[in-house]
Amino acid sequence: MDLQDVISAVFTFDNYAQLLPLVRNSLIAGAVLGLLGGLIGTFVMMRDLAFAVHGIAELSFAGAAFALLVGANVVAGSLVGSVLAALTLGLMGIRARDRNSIIGVVMPFGLGLGILFLALYEGRAANKFGLLTGQIVSVDDVQLNLLVGCAVVVMIALAAIWRPLTFASADADLAEARGVPVRGLSILFMVLLGVSVALSIQVVGALLVLALLITPAAAALKVTSAPGLVVLLSVTFACVSVVGGILLALGGRIPISPYVTTISFAIYLACRVISSRRSRRGSRRGTAGPAGTEPGRGVRRPASAPVG
Amino acid sequence: MISTLPRQSPSPQGGGDQPAISLRGAALSFGSRTLWQGLDLDIMPGEFFAVLGPNGSGKTSFLKVLLGLQQLDTGTALIEGRPIARGSRTLGYIPQQKSFPPDTPLRARDLVGLGVDGHRWGVRLRSSAYNARVDGLLRDVGAESYADAPVGLLSGGEQQRLRAAQALATDPAVLLCDEPLLSLDLHHQQAVSSLINRQSHEKNSAVVFVTHEINPVIEYVDRVLYLADGEFRVGTPEEVMTSEVLSDLYNSPVEVLRSNGRIIVVGLPDATTHHHESA
Repeated sequence: MDLQDVISAVFTFDNYAQLLPLVRNSLIAGAVLGLLGGLIGTFVMMRDLAFAVHGIAELSFAGAAFALLVGANVVAGSLVGSVLAALTLGLMGIRARDRNSIIGVVMPFGLGLGILFLALYEGRAANKFGLLTGQIVSVDDVQLNLLVGCAVVVMIALAAIWRPLTFASADADLAEARGVPVRGLSILFMVLLGVSVALSIQVVGALLVLALLITPAAAALKVTSAPGLVVLLSVTFACVSVVGGILLALGGRIPISPYVTTISFAIYLACRVISSRRSRRGSRRGTAGPAGTEPGRGVRRPASAPVG
Repeated sequence: MISTLPRQSPSPQGGGDQPAISLRGAALSFGSRTLWQGLDLDIMPGEFFAVLGPNGSGKTSFLKVLLGLQQLDTGTALIEGRPIARGSRTLGYIPQQKSFPPDTPLRARDLVGLGVDGHRWGVRLRSSAYNARVDGLLRDVGAESYADAPVGLLSGGEQQRLRAAQALATDPAVLLCDEPLLSLDLHHQQAVSSLINRQSHEKNSAVVFVTHEINPVIEYVDRVLYLADGEFRVGTPEEVMTSEVLSDLYNSPVEVLRSNGRIIVVGLPDATTHHHESA
């Protein structure tokens, strides 16, 4: 395969007009998942749960692989795996340090289980591959309804706990003193996150869930701190990545995930560039002059991007 | 900080006023160790009440009891005559300074706003009253100039002013402060402590100020609770901060020197571990 073949495999737009109606369901599913990923991603970033998302995704993969093996509903298997993983993390690891080591221990085990189940499975190879790398090409009406239904439930729940969850994520001690049920919210959020991960896996696969749940929010945080704008940008970035990825993948025979992750990554890079240009000009404070009279206080720069 | 100002006398406490905070026979232990017991205490509205003592003496636990996050072993604790309810609107709380990560998606005004309605369910639908309240609070603590700056990029002192604004959002009858000046520079120590003083002596809130260092607030303090080795003393700083009283509390010779309004305590058993608060 020479370069020409590679390019024509990656970008193929023959018969595009005929193909487009066939992926109507996929586009709707992608847009809904983008909306969900963008919303929940802002809390994932605030609560420093990027690694947890990765861990949950591997266990979700194990659940889906098991469902595939025994002939059960793959989405249901994936949901069970990720909600169990998310609940375990929510109940066990309160501090980030504990949590990360628990994830580090459990994640390879989940992945190993998944590989075991897939090795035992004797069906189509494409099904196996799809769990890891995404499979949106044919979303039927039943799947679409399940997916959209779950996503809507998660979004309603998220809206209901939005303010106290923000408070608890920003400053748990203060929120607790003010009567916010910090621990209950934390566990509920993990369940919502588990469901979101399981749904996202249906589109981008277990390995690339971070592109949908982390990257858009991380990109948005690079360019603004206004909470409303962060959410708006994060949702926009996620939707553009998924829908754009599906549209680009349409003509070729390559899974959609490389397209989704590349768009998502490009947006993140662009936001980083904007952010570093701005801080070089020193305008991140939002006001012109120094704010306090404290001598020698400079604007601190973000040390690194907390992704991955 | 060198202070030559005369200390304000305790605020007049009108005859029929009920105490803002009232403890009777209160005891608390940590494992098998008694932090304090037999504590009877009334803190009046408008009083600036400092809680002092070495690490592990139960200063922070004292606050947690008032916040409703910890139960007394025996005795009763009332706030405004009622049993303590967690998350009460009559309580404000300023915790130790703790920095926000640089990419926290909140501006200064959003952080203050959490004190206004952060505990409510759902999303905010009407915002004009909210905005007016937040602007007012930012003005009160002198934080207007960085109102729209990301909290993660503000200095520790600026963040602590915002926490003060957040705690004052409900105009609380009782303001609880847990080492709010720790790790602030002198300028911000003065700004934050004078803000807290205003809340007690001008707005008539009872302030409970936990600290291991009395000097930054010495000019404001009306009374002191000094906790050490399972015992305590209550009184004005002049009464409690003496060589005799502290030597008695610590069961070892402690010398208290006064210089220019400052109080210097020499010979504290744990003087080297002051900066590792835990209990």
